[in-house]
Amino acid sequence: MSFLTLERVAKLWPDGTSAVRGADLAIQEGELVVLLGPSGCGKTTTLRMIAGLESPTSGRIRLAGSDVTDLPPARRDVGFVFQFYALYPHMTVAENIAFPLECAGLSHGERDAAVRRVAERLGLVDLLQRRPRSLSGGDQQRVGLARAMVRRPRLWLMDEPLGSLDAARRAEMCELIRVQQLQDRVTTIYVTHDQEEAMRLADRVVVMSQGEIVQVGAPGEVYDHPATLFVARFVGSPGMNLVEGVVHRGEFQPARTDVRIPLAHAAPDGPAVLGARPEHVRLDPTGPLAGRVALDAEAGPWRHVHVEGPYGRVLAQTVERRGALRGAEARIAFDPTGIRLFDPESGRSLA
Amino acid sequence: MRALRWIVIVLGLLFSGLPLVWMGLSSIKQRADAISQHPRWIPAAEAPVAPDSPRFEATTSAFRDLASVHAGAQASFWEHLLNSAIIGFFSTLATVALGTLCAYGFSRFRVPGEKDWLFFVLSTRFMPPLAVVVPVLLMYRAFDLQGTRLGLVVLYTVFNLSLAVWLMKGFLDEIPRAFEEAAVVDGYTRFGALVRVVLPEARTGIAVTAVFCLISAWNEYGFAMTLNSSGAVTVPAYFAGLQGNIEGMPWPQVAAGALVFVAPIVAFTVLVRSHLLRGVTFGTVKQ
Repeated sequence: MSFLTLERVAKLWPDGTSAVRGADLAIQEGELVVLLGPSGCGKTTTLRMIAGLESPTSGRIRLAGSDVTDLPPARRDVGFVFQFYALYPHMTVAENIAFPLECAGLSHGERDAAVRRVAERLGLVDLLQRRPRSLSGGDQQRVGLARAMVRRPRLWLMDEPLGSLDAARRAEMCELIRVQQLQDRVTTIYVTHDQEEAMRLADRVVVMSQGEIVQVGAPGEVYDHPATLFVARFVGSPGMNLVEGVVHRGEFQPARTDVRIPLAHAAPDGPAVLGARPEHVRLDPTGPLAGRVALDAEAGPWRHVHVEGPYGRVLAQTVERRGALRGAEARIAFDPTGIRLFDPESGRSLA
Repeated sequence: MRALRWIVIVLGLLFSGLPLVWMGLSSIKQRADAISQHPRWIPAAEAPVAPDSPRFEATTSAFRDLASVHAGAQASFWEHLLNSAIIGFFSTLATVALGTLCAYGFSRFRVPGEKDWLFFVLSTRFMPPLAVVVPVLLMYRAFDLQGTRLGLVVLYTVFNLSLAVWLMKGFLDEIPRAFEEAAVVDGYTRFGALVRVVLPEARTGIAVTAVFCLISAWNEYGFAMTLNSSGAVTVPAYFAGLQGNIEGMPWPQVAAGALVFVAPIVAFTVLVRSHLLRGVTFGTVKQ
């Protein structure tokens, strides 16, 4: 039995647009699950329905064996971290953190002790008497995290908690969240549109698009075996290279070429889209596909070389610092184990 | 440009300040000095000898006389001030409480025909209130509300409510919903979230609304005069009622009473001044 289950959960807005179309999801106790997708894909609405801030149009939500679909948020025992912190401006940091405890009916002494404990864990002790507005964004979000943690709720729900922080702070906070989550083993659902954040944090990633869950899996699995063309494009930075063409007798022929690329795995004959991550594409003078370098860009340890041909544009990742400059002729080859095939009609993986 | 600005400021200050200064001077005069044909505007310790001197003898007798019942009235100034205070306080309290709750509903819930309802609320102010003085008078007579404090509390609340709803809606709309959502997730009820999180955030708006309502109830004259010419008479109606009595208008007492009457409003406004400065532009301007 899963700790949290969504059964055909759907949300229809009053104006008729469909935010979530029948989501099914089972989450185990202690897991950190990331809902990943572009804006407007329904991930935040899903999270808010789990919190009870929105009520689903249909479907059931079960938490720890009981149906919570119609329970108000106050009775679900969840902690929520908001994108824009939502700290109460008229209270100090300590009062903010103690606010959920006050409602739970704890005594002054118990509250102070609990606030102190969580403040020490998150490095907030020196800030307890400050007002939220006088803190940096990162510190404000740590207070938000403390407020969600202090009551030891059954679920932590985080709605793009790092979305308004700068990159350096984001990495630091990401680590902090993961460390705290692993320490308490609190079941956590984390919403983001940043696939790198999702990869770094998640036990499992739930990729959503247009109100539907398109893939659920471990970060590596989602990265290596995207279930659809959408996931292939969305996950990874940059996304997967996609080349249209035809499969014929275990070979792939890119469109508008007469080149044949042998496939490592069997695939049915017919039109297909070949996907390959940039690290599975190499510059190779003997490679099958010829093209011209349209763009080359430094990317830290690698260089990204965009090769353009009649088949489209393919991005190769190389450690070569020289060669294959913009405008030059180049040939590329695919690493056979890195090749994925998709159905161009449905977008689904042909694996 | 700078000089012009100063001229405007000084002129404005004289225009609004001189009557107050004159009122202050009159409050420390004897009645004879107050109605003398020669303007007397220099307070002195003793009465001057020359009849056309601008000096007059300063005295606090007018303030002391506020406690006595003057001819043409049934009670002393202080009792009328108490009426004004009770009526002003409770009508402000009721207006702000009802207006805030109503505005919260419009601000946070989907109300069918919201715009029409809000327009209806506003439309209650289109007509000058005094146009309905006769029907109100008949109604109050039927309900035995004439001359009561409750009557004026209800009346002022009704008149100020539309202003309170509109003002408070502007302020509440500016408060992010996330605050309430956080409180609700943290274990509070919707009402608990309103009291613990929304109202403290809305205190600027509440202060602004309260000032407007209090001033309007405090200074109201027309209905006070018509409905409460006897019984719970408020200060403005009390002063007006002193006209034509057998001893003549007691100008020093009127001036002293008016000074005392203005003081609470000034004090209240100064108290919430920091909110007002932020509030006047805050609630009404939409981003």
